[in-house]
Amino acid sequence: MSTAQNPSGVAHGDPGPTSAPARPPRGRRALHRARTWLPGLLLVSPSILLIGVFVYGMIGWNTRLALSDKHAPVQEGEFVGFVNFVALWQEARWPAAVANAVVFTVVFVGGALFLGWLLGLLLDKGIRGEPVFRTLFLAPMAVSFIATGVVWRWLMNPAPAERATGLNALFVHFNLDFLVNDWWTAPDFGMAAMALPAIWQLAGYIMALFLAGFRGVPEDLREAARVDGCSEWGVYRHVVMPQLRPVLLSAVIILGHMSLKVFDLIIAIAGQQIVADVPAVYMWAMVFEVRDPAKGATIASYLLFAVALFVIPYLVWTVRKERSEGR
Amino acid sequence: MRARRWSVAAGALGLVLMASGCGDGGGDGDQVEVFSWWTGGGEEAGLNALIERFEEDNPDIEFVNAAVAGGSGTNAQAVLEGRLQSQDPPDSFQGHAGAELQDYIEAGYLAPMDDFFDEQGLQDALPDQLVEQITYDGSVYSVPVNIHRSNVMWFNPTLLEEAGVDAPPETLDELLDALEAVAEETDAIPMAVGAQWTVSHLLESVLLGSLGGDTYNSLWEPGADWNTSEVADALSTFEQIMEHTQEESAAEDWQEAARRVSDGEAAFNIMGDWAAGYFEEVGALPGQDYDWAASPGTDGTYMWLSDSFTLPAGAPNEEAALTWLELVASQEGQDLFNPLKGSIPAREDADPERYADNPYLESALEEWQSEPELAGSFWHGVTVGNRWKNDVDTAVGLYLGDGDAEAFNDALHQAAQSE
Repeated sequence: MSTAQNPSGVAHGDPGPTSAPARPPRGRRALHRARTWLPGLLLVSPSILLIGVFVYGMIGWNTRLALSDKHAPVQEGEFVGFVNFVALWQEARWPAAVANAVVFTVVFVGGALFLGWLLGLLLDKGIRGEPVFRTLFLAPMAVSFIATGVVWRWLMNPAPAERATGLNALFVHFNLDFLVNDWWTAPDFGMAAMALPAIWQLAGYIMALFLAGFRGVPEDLREAARVDGCSEWGVYRHVVMPQLRPVLLSAVIILGHMSLKVFDLIIAIAGQQIVADVPAVYMWAMVFEVRDPAKGATIASYLLFAVALFVIPYLVWTVRKERSEGR
Repeated sequence: MRARRWSVAAGALGLVLMASGCGDGGGDGDQVEVFSWWTGGGEEAGLNALIERFEEDNPDIEFVNAAVAGGSGTNAQAVLEGRLQSQDPPDSFQGHAGAELQDYIEAGYLAPMDDFFDEQGLQDALPDQLVEQITYDGSVYSVPVNIHRSNVMWFNPTLLEEAGVDAPPETLDELLDALEAVAEETDAIPMAVGAQWTVSHLLESVLLGSLGGDTYNSLWEPGADWNTSEVADALSTFEQIMEHTQEESAAEDWQEAARRVSDGEAAFNIMGDWAAGYFEEVGALPGQDYDWAASPGTDGTYMWLSDSFTLPAGAPNEEAALTWLELVASQEGQDLFNPLKGSIPAREDADPERYADNPYLESALEEWQSEPELAGSFWHGVTVGNRWKNDVDTAVGLYLGDGDAEAFNDALHQAAQSE
């Protein structure tokens, strides 16, 4: 911390040669030094302690369970290595659940990014009543996944044309019968439909991120490009977009980790059915219904690993950026 | 000033500690804590009637109703698991009678109730086969308070008439013919099902109807052989029935599927007898909007499931808990509870008068008291524990996706071996 400048310009804090004090005794000096780091440590120690126990301690505990054969709450559980991790891939349910999660993630992240970016771009061009649109697009964020799921469960009713309700009924009404479909109950790519409510809910948030990004690009840069004869699209393509990479990265990470651990939306729309099975739902069934701690912990480890794949590159990138900016 | 603030904080902390201390109940003998997931509708009404009688008979025992709402018991079971593991059991808790309690028994959470059964004469009052089917390693661990039936076929009489089906089908072959007739003659859905679990529910009725009670029961012995031609036949019948179900079933639950029958949109639905309470709730008229029979091939067999109350090992107020269980086990208690819950008593000596104003319950009680053959419902946790049940449900779900009958049969066989 730098000392404040004295308005009179006279340096102070220098006691002068005559009153040079005797060096404080050793103990006092240590205490004095402790004063600089101790309060800080005391301030953060509760969170270090809590995070240590409830995050890293629990992760350790979970890993221990996953590496054991504790397949019932009453068993002691011996260390068995990666047996559980391998066994999951040999059954029929787990690979299907993973495939579902991948389809969901690709459609959800891609869809929300594209829609959010598009909405942000349109708002950035300055339309009338922008605050109204901004609020409207953001509003779905305030709804919980459960409520979204209940509504979309009805909208995406897979009944055929003669009994159609929800969106299918709308298609029938406008003579668009070819659009009537099975939505999320389709066996192979049903999870793509499951991603629609999630896109609806998160696109507004992504829009806000992109809009902030667009606004953060100085007008001078755009002007300069225009003077150089760049088209309006060219300005976005070559000047604005490259500056949005940090926004894009944050958005991908936020969407990606939400998507991998999605649970409530699936439960609200499909309940526990194999057609819409994802790792988080499978884990819940193993822990709370079958009561198989080891298997539940194994799935949890895979989930953590998958989320880490998204988050760790982001952390590395952030730290590097902060270092290079000298923060 | 600061000192005062500290003392207030300390006082508040003390209060919190005291309050949490009180929550334990303390085992002082003048209260009984009963844990269940009966928090709504007829279930709650039935429980309240029991509580009222209990408090009348035992004014010096305080009744603590520790019911946890939601998810037809799944929330409650998660809470219960935590309490049992931390050795803070309630004095008695609700559970499905049969193998579903197996995990608790193996964990040593439950006290055997053989002496109680002898004292209360329950061996005689309950059907022999029922006692046999809830016995685990030679002991009984819970008191069944009611009986629900799983193998009930609900049908729409008008649609059957329209399709030219004169009488409700009695065998699975007749059912297939009837489904065919409905598909050809009417616009209705021949067989309504709902989400995946209702398909698992249908499966157990088809297995029972195709194999008969003895073979069905033996399928749920650990290590049973499912790779037999009889099972393959049953599964092929199951496949043919599934061809007559509606495409959008995955998006519906049992209520919507049942309602299709009473609304005249579907001809048949196989669902447990809690559907009778639902039909009454939506104002459908028995015999007119809907009617019922045993699911095809299972006449004379009662595929049962039952709610029961347990005595946890180390219950803080064991005496009071036994007083509660006495009421639950008695003819009087069961006749108080069941008409409200919409089920019939597990005891055979119930008073038919009390069920006379409900046509379904009246017929169900008559059947129960005429000593039917008993088969346990797998889906509702009578014959198998949670792991096996979940394996079967997963096999059903995968089969719904890929339609691979051979893999389905194999998965069912594997599930039986893993126990």
